[in-house]
Amino acid sequence: MSETVTIRLTVNGAPVERTIAPRLNLVDFLRDEIGLTGTHWSCEHGACGACTVRVDGEIVRGCLIFAVQLDGATVETIEGMSESGALADLQAAFHARNAVQCGFCSAGMLLTADALLRHNPAPSRDEIRAALSGNYCRCTGYHAIVDAVADAAHQRAQRR
Amino acid sequence: MKAPPFRYARPRTLDAALKLLADEGDGARLLAGGQSLVPALNMRLLEPALLIDINGLSELTGIAETAGGIRVGALTRHAALGASTIVARRAPLLTAAVPFIAHEAIRNRGTFGGSMAQADPAAELPACIVALDAQLEIAGPRGRRCAAARDFFKGVYETALAHDEILVAAEIPAQRGATLFLELARRQGDYAIAGLAGWAAVRQDRIAEARLVFFGTDIRAVEAKAASAALATSLDAAVAALDRDLTPVADLNASAAMKRHLAGALLRRACAAALTRAA
Repeated sequence: MSETVTIRLTVNGAPVERTIAPRLNLVDFLRDEIGLTGTHWSCEHGACGACTVRVDGEIVRGCLIFAVQLDGATVETIEGMSESGALADLQAAFHARNAVQCGFCSAGMLLTADALLRHNPAPSRDEIRAALSGNYCRCTGYHAIVDAVADAAHQRAQRR
Repeated sequence: MKAPPFRYARPRTLDAALKLLADEGDGARLLAGGQSLVPALNMRLLEPALLIDINGLSELTGIAETAGGIRVGALTRHAALGASTIVARRAPLLTAAVPFIAHEAIRNRGTFGGSMAQADPAAELPACIVALDAQLEIAGPRGRRCAAARDFFKGVYETALAHDEILVAAEIPAQRGATLFLELARRQGDYAIAGLAGWAAVRQDRIAEARLVFFGTDIRAVEAKAASAALATSLDAAVAALDRDLTPVADLNASAAMKRHLAGALLRRACAAALTRAA
């Protein structure tokens, strides 16, 4: 057991290899080692949701997982999910509904909303609120965000 | 804050994990889902010398139907527990409880066994496991042993697990009545101020048999035996009997008296819901 560990994983479709200290959490790994600063850290104890990223296709708290645990894993961040177009409709709805003010929570909000719509394509407003309850926004008062997610769900339903 | 430095090991077998745990002694901590451990590390409440990542142990995974109920591996994620059709059929109390555990991103990582070993008095799953009369299977340097769920939880973050033991699975008998699950929290996903997990068998518009376990009120999940027995008399008698079952402890959210009041309110709501569903 050395003081650093070498891990190989996939980040936004690209293979990555780094030698890191075990205490490095996934958010700091993404920001400081890979240069992906779209994932934000704030509370660092799992309360605020700003650090939400996808690991092996499911959303997780980036501050509550160490990069060393992710040898062989697939990680997707707001950058990769934006560039692939997977979030384009949600992003457009957030823009249209003014669901973004300072933007600090937006990456986590978008990835959490996307996870909701993947599991529940036609959520009620209460279900949207429940799904977003682990993501804090200190600007919008949430109504605009709920409106945006409801709009995107409606648009996805019409496309099917 | 950031976690303090630690060494990291990811054993491939349960035996290897047990050996690491025995060799390191008190300085080692097991890392499963990490959803309680990592916050504690980030806040520097713990500074273990070694983290033993048990996520690679296949012996701890899986949900299976058994002759008498189900077996749930300790590494089962909350999300998998909540989505399991086997669990929904044989122990629907667990299915009802899962949406109350934190948030989706946390349920995708947090584990069933981690919730048991953490033993937060306000957590949902320990209360459910007591209500379902589960047996917990534990591996240690002296072999395997079983502990009844009702004897496993000792106090706040305190269990019957020794520092050199690893929780392997729970054997859960099939649920014997309709699900009772309610909790009161200030916000969706928070730990409960007070909660009730259990089941009720309703016959001829009466609750003939019930198991009531309260969480968030006392130092651990508590089975309300006096209240269950008093249900045969009346609901009012059962609510009054909670004085004998519970020893509520104040926390930042509520006084002991408020928790005692909320427990009574939950019991009334749960019984009303069970009778309405059965009608």
